[in-house]
Amino acid sequence: MHVDWPALARVAAVSLGVTVAVVVVFTLGVLGLSHTPTDTDPTPTVAGRTQAALCFLACGAVVGYGIYLIVPQFH
Amino acid sequence: MDHITFLVAVVIVTALAFDFTNGFHDTANAMATSIATGALAPRTAVLISGVLNLAGAFLSTEVARTISGGIVDDARVSPAMIFAGLVGAVLWNLLTWLAGLPSSSSHALFGGLIGAVWVGAGGDAVHFDKVVEKILIPAVASPVVAGVAALIATYLAYRLSARARKDTVSRGFRLGQIASASLVSLAHGTNDAQKTMGVITLTLISAGALGHDAGPPVWVIGAAGLAIGLGTYLGGWRIIRTMGKGLTEIQSPQGFAAETASTAVILTSAHLGFALSTTQVASGSILGAGLGRRLAEVRWGVAGRMVLAWLITLPSAALVGGLSASVVKHGGTAGTVVIAAVALTLAAAIVLAARRDPVHAGNVNDHHRVTVRAGSAT
Repeated sequence: MHVDWPALARVAAVSLGVTVAVVVVFTLGVLGLSHTPTDTDPTPTVAGRTQAALCFLACGAVVGYGIYLIVPQFH
Repeated sequence: MDHITFLVAVVIVTALAFDFTNGFHDTANAMATSIATGALAPRTAVLISGVLNLAGAFLSTEVARTISGGIVDDARVSPAMIFAGLVGAVLWNLLTWLAGLPSSSSHALFGGLIGAVWVGAGGDAVHFDKVVEKILIPAVASPVVAGVAALIATYLAYRLSARARKDTVSRGFRLGQIASASLVSLAHGTNDAQKTMGVITLTLISAGALGHDAGPPVWVIGAAGLAIGLGTYLGGWRIIRTMGKGLTEIQSPQGFAAETASTAVILTSAHLGFALSTTQVASGSILGAGLGRRLAEVRWGVAGRMVLAWLITLPSAALVGGLSASVVKHGGTAGTVVIAAVALTLAAAIVLAARRDPVHAGNVNDHHRVTVRAGSAT
């Protein structure tokens, strides 16, 4: 019997790494949006919005890469 | 196309019926948490999921090849055995749907096939080493990996956002969930629609209509994608309730973490050709997300019943598949007709039993329990 342990380990490591990275970066993006000048004003600050945009962009890039990986025509 | 006999046509129809129940059963994997947190309205969620499943079917056919060329000896499989195996899979899927249990459609399919081939062609026609390598090990590993990933991600998300504005956090993650749930659906299409393609391809190979190492033809990909997309759209609300509400009370950061973990595991596995169970991955993620917020949040009774269903899915479907195969083997065409009639009757009985306490788009979030009322029928 041949079990491809390295491939399984790769699936585990990549999944864990990608999940934690995406969720942490996304959370930082949401934190950016929650940076408001006062507690009552719901509009985020410019710095907050920039942080959010960068984080969401990074998450979007990961999604794009995921789609790239699953479509054989792209390779 | 003179290789396509009546029996082969019946098998293809049954395979598409299985694909339909597969979509129906698995809508929950992608959408249960989004529906539970209100990120998506129930009807919108199943529509998005259905369309993406169809799209996913066309994107990748790697798993389809590993199934038809892997777990059973293609040369000794007859369309009758495939039919018997599919009957086992469809019936088991319907039964677990009635109970609202997110069991694995993939295991039902493999179980049914293994049972049918075992009875029909002998135990040595089943490649048990491949079964362990391609099915059992990923089945044990994948929910654990997804669960651990979701747990760590959820913990960090709550830790980091502890002092942020609650409304912004909740809304932000709900928007994120739309994207992550969509990706799960897409990944589901690339994974599960391929199982049916694999089965139909296996049938065509066994009937001599395709060469031994052939991939699925375009019409097979299209039909499988449509069947799973339609099943997904109609939505297995009973299972959606269990996964969205039953296992744990999900909030939007948990939903996002769970869906991200599921996507990551499914996509990386599909890329390497492992045919894992999306259901088990998604359930593992949801449990992990529940634990990541607070240990007590998980309803262990529900989780326990679910794991029990996972354990008995493959053997149960194998038993039904084996029984069907023995009837078909000894009864010939008459046996096939009898099995088809019995299967249809049982399916109708299950659907009627579900009607006694229906779960639908309107009430899916109202409770966390799916009940089956005792009655005179079944």
